[in-house]
Amino acid sequence: MPKVPLWDLPELPQNQLPLHLQLQKTRVSCNNDAPTNTENVTYSGAYAALGVDNSLRLDEFRNNFKVKVIKLNEEDMEFDLIGIDASIANAFRRILISELPTMAIEKVLVANSSSVVQDEVLAHRLGLIPIKVDPRLFDYMSENDVPNEKNSIVFKLHVKCERKSGERLTVYSHDLEWLPSGSEYVLPTENSSESKPKTYTSFTSSQVSLPEFANNPITVTPGIIISKLAPGQEIELEAHAVKGVGKTHAKWSPVATAWYRMLPEVVLLQDIEDEDAQKLVNKCPVNVFDIEDMGKGVKRATVARPRACTLCRECIREPGWEEKVALRRVKDHFIFTIESTGALPPEVLFTEAVKILEDKCESVITELS
Amino acid sequence: MEHGSYKDQSASTFSLAEDHTLANALRFTLNQDPRVSVCGYSIPHPSEARVNIRVQTTGDPAKEVLKDSCQDLMMICQHVRSTFDQAVADFKNDSGSESE
Repeated sequence: MPKVPLWDLPELPQNQLPLHLQLQKTRVSCNNDAPTNTENVTYSGAYAALGVDNSLRLDEFRNNFKVKVIKLNEEDMEFDLIGIDASIANAFRRILISELPTMAIEKVLVANSSSVVQDEVLAHRLGLIPIKVDPRLFDYMSENDVPNEKNSIVFKLHVKCERKSGERLTVYSHDLEWLPSGSEYVLPTENSSESKPKTYTSFTSSQVSLPEFANNPITVTPGIIISKLAPGQEIELEAHAVKGVGKTHAKWSPVATAWYRMLPEVVLLQDIEDEDAQKLVNKCPVNVFDIEDMGKGVKRATVARPRACTLCRECIREPGWEEKVALRRVKDHFIFTIESTGALPPEVLFTEAVKILEDKCESVITELS
Repeated sequence: MEHGSYKDQSASTFSLAEDHTLANALRFTLNQDPRVSVCGYSIPHPSEARVNIRVQTTGDPAKEVLKDSCQDLMMICQHVRSTFDQAVADFKNDSGSESE
């Protein structure tokens, strides 16, 4: 922005900031060496001397806040949150990654394993396999709890590579079978004269009898290689899955990942014509710029796809270009991408994350009252 | 846990069992409240999940201001959720009617 003496500044309507302050407040300037203006001006009295109120007014927030869904399918979604602050967007991202519960395999009872993969490595790999079940149907299991049908899922894996085949066998995740009636391994007890022997889990009823699972068997994501067996090797084990959150271990994270970026804004400060325009279009690796024919043989460069800009700064790298092209980011426009592992669809994940932030606030309020 | 003075209720430090997720969002809503003169948070040690939120106001008791900010944050979340649900429903309706 060119420097203007104080008495030449244009008259502005009340409650609006002068342009250079508005730029400072709402845009991150991405210069060649480093970005500037990255802090958010949140203090309510920041512009009190100018007579502009910077405080949060909920009705203004409600009017300005928008959500636009760009892409949505079962596995991932991309949407825009417009008019929200970075701290809240980051809170949603952190909750999506670490505080949404899922089911994952925790205990592995190995009956027989003659494969070359060590037991603990096998158990680690089994824990990382995503389980496609709604975790809200289950309860957490604490140290003193008995594993029952409300807090655990039991899978069985029994594969043997036949000697006759002569080929190696790959053990996939879809070889895991769901046992709706609980564990089949009997607990070692002194007294073996009981009518019904106790197993490692105490399922009072089969999980298939629950309406959610009646026609909908619990599966894992298929096609994941667990191990490879040579002829004659065998794996026989039982895996128990429990509910947990990503904070404890990353296997309980319901998102493959969740990230956001701020909307890039590319502004041409001067008219860029002819040769320079062609150079600019060639420089950009994601084709942000386009050539527009102005007639009379004059070609001008325009910004066609600012959203695709990756901020690689190729267009301002050479000296002299920084005065022609301004790269900025809009501070309150977030492009969120959520990739789910299959337990819950991504739009449900985001709604649950917002609910968890509300619950946290409520717990703080009750703690203080 | 509130660490403050009985005589001067307008300035105190709140020690909560939280982390950056809630503390940064609370700091934002606190800052936006016109009754607040100073607010910030710090994490005393990264191995312990504890955060100290410092609130100094222009006269009102700090506890009330913090509670009001939590309420504001809850209203923001509720509005985000309803707008998001609406946007997802609109998108599904649009794409459903397009593919028919």
